[in-house]
Amino acid sequence: MTDATQEPEGELPTRRDFIYVATGMMGVVGAAAAAWPFIDQMRPDAAVRAAGLPIEVDLSAIEPGGTIVVTWRSKPYFIRQLLDDEIAAADTLGEGDMKEYQPAAERIAGPDGAETRNWVIVSATCTHLGCVPNIVDNAPEGWFCPCHGSVFDMVGRILRGPAATNLPLPPYVFADESTLIVGSDQV
Amino acid sequence: MSKLEHHGTYTPTSGVGKWIDARMPLPRLMYDSFVAYPVPRNLNYAYTFGGILSIFLVIQIVTGIVLAMHYVPDATKAFDSVEHIMRDVNSGWLMRYMHQNGAHFFFLAVYLHIFRGLYYGSYKAPRELLWILGCIIYLLMMATAFMGYVLPWGQMSFWGATVITGFFTAFPVIGVPIQELLLGGFAVGDPTLNRFFSLHYLLPFMIAGVVILHVWALHVTGQTNPTGIEVKSKTDTVPFTPYATIKDAFALILFLALYAYFVFYMPNFLGHADNYIPADPMVTPAHIVPEWYFLPFYAILRAITFDIGPITAKLGGVIAMFSAVLVLFVVPWLDTSKVRSAVYRPWYKLAFWLFVINSVFLGWLGSQPAEGVYVALAQLSTAIYFGFFLIVMPVLGLVEKPRRLPNSITEAVLERSAKTGGGSPQLGDATASADKS
Repeated sequence: MTDATQEPEGELPTRRDFIYVATGMMGVVGAAAAAWPFIDQMRPDAAVRAAGLPIEVDLSAIEPGGTIVVTWRSKPYFIRQLLDDEIAAADTLGEGDMKEYQPAAERIAGPDGAETRNWVIVSATCTHLGCVPNIVDNAPEGWFCPCHGSVFDMVGRILRGPAATNLPLPPYVFADESTLIVGSDQV
Repeated sequence: MSKLEHHGTYTPTSGVGKWIDARMPLPRLMYDSFVAYPVPRNLNYAYTFGGILSIFLVIQIVTGIVLAMHYVPDATKAFDSVEHIMRDVNSGWLMRYMHQNGAHFFFLAVYLHIFRGLYYGSYKAPRELLWILGCIIYLLMMATAFMGYVLPWGQMSFWGATVITGFFTAFPVIGVPIQELLLGGFAVGDPTLNRFFSLHYLLPFMIAGVVILHVWALHVTGQTNPTGIEVKSKTDTVPFTPYATIKDAFALILFLALYAYFVFYMPNFLGHADNYIPADPMVTPAHIVPEWYFLPFYAILRAITFDIGPITAKLGGVIAMFSAVLVLFVVPWLDTSKVRSAVYRPWYKLAFWLFVINSVFLGWLGSQPAEGVYVALAQLSTAIYFGFFLIVMPVLGLVEKPRRLPNSITEAVLERSAKTGGGSPQLGDATASADKS
């Protein structure tokens, strides 16, 4: 090998190799940047996000023991005012009675300074395959999913059936004695 | 077969024909692919579904384009626009019923086509890519059918879309953002309907593209045949036209007759009555059941009711369901047998028919509620489904003693016709044509 222009094997990459690779990489970055708006446009748009802003719910119309269904972000949520014996029934359930244990008190809320905390705000979408459960007043059972038979208690904890997890709690906050905001945990 | 391909049998006679042939020889390609193309002489009716499928793709595209002229992809108007097609549009009912039942028969044909491939070992070397392209077509068909089912915006459309897109929430962390990306919202709604309509219009043309690749790959390797023996001489083949053309046409007519019976006499038999109720996000139908062609996979999804380590039951079900489709892609490498056709593999033949029965059984389980004994049966049936691919296919190829293979397709055909008492003229024909070539 006397030819000076011939590269011996195993030598370091040349400046030209570096430029080739760098240019190619820049092309890849450019292609990814160009592709991003085409993917990004599929995400929820401004109108959908605006329609998904937190909602205000007037609680004064709900009788003790009653439940209403509200929609936030096109999905239904239950708002239920529990009776004292229903709270007591939920409290008697222990870790052995359900699949995903959580103390009932963590799922019951009330306005600041109220005498009793007796409100339950849970998602009305069954955690199994997304059906809307029926409301039942058979403490400690509170909801029954007609699709595949999941049974949830008064505070939305899964007791039995194919669903594996409790009904999720949406973010919410009490603005005052009789106003609930669903969709945000800040007033 | 490629060694027998002899381009150049096409000889344009007219001046226009010669002029075109010198510039862009499309007529030559068509002639060599669909007229002079040699096919094995022993193809049976199981080999006619490829042709039937291509006709059904055309039927779906033509009726679909017509329906899109009248359909409105808007959550408040979609359901009414479908009723408008059914009641007001001239022949609209026919277009819609052809499209709706066409989807069912498309899947019926594709399942028979896939089972044919599994029975005769059509996926084995050198046809792995041909098989994989077919699997890609099948995947695209499933996506197209799912999105098409959402468009009428009935209760099953809405809740089917909710359940299927809900699969993605099974994946930790990335699940919910992916679901919102697919839906264009926080729940199935107007943006979902619009994008599904757009993609439902696009995907059939992508299927058509992959079909061209599928046929290309087929014409490079040549067809398999019931013996599984490669074509060795000219006596093993007959020209595509008229032999395969007429056979395909006859099978197509029978298949279309059955299809027409459904279109005209029982157009809603394969559908769900609930889909004639407008979509209501607040009310779930009592039983969310997919269309029949998804039922085996739905059964597999619901069969996983137990956590496996860090994988929740829900995620496990989703993984099992997708695996049930994806396992088809690796079948060419799972089957270790040197012999292609089940005709010469007694144990594989038995396993194959058990697999077919099990697949139908899985479908039936998918239509039943996921409770009680059905869950245990679905788990057993799912185990058999995967066992066929992951255990039977690799092991049987190593331990099974296949029957004696004939030396050639011609020999197999002549042996068979000697047994049934006919065939001596065919021997003369075969020899004569071999001499001529």
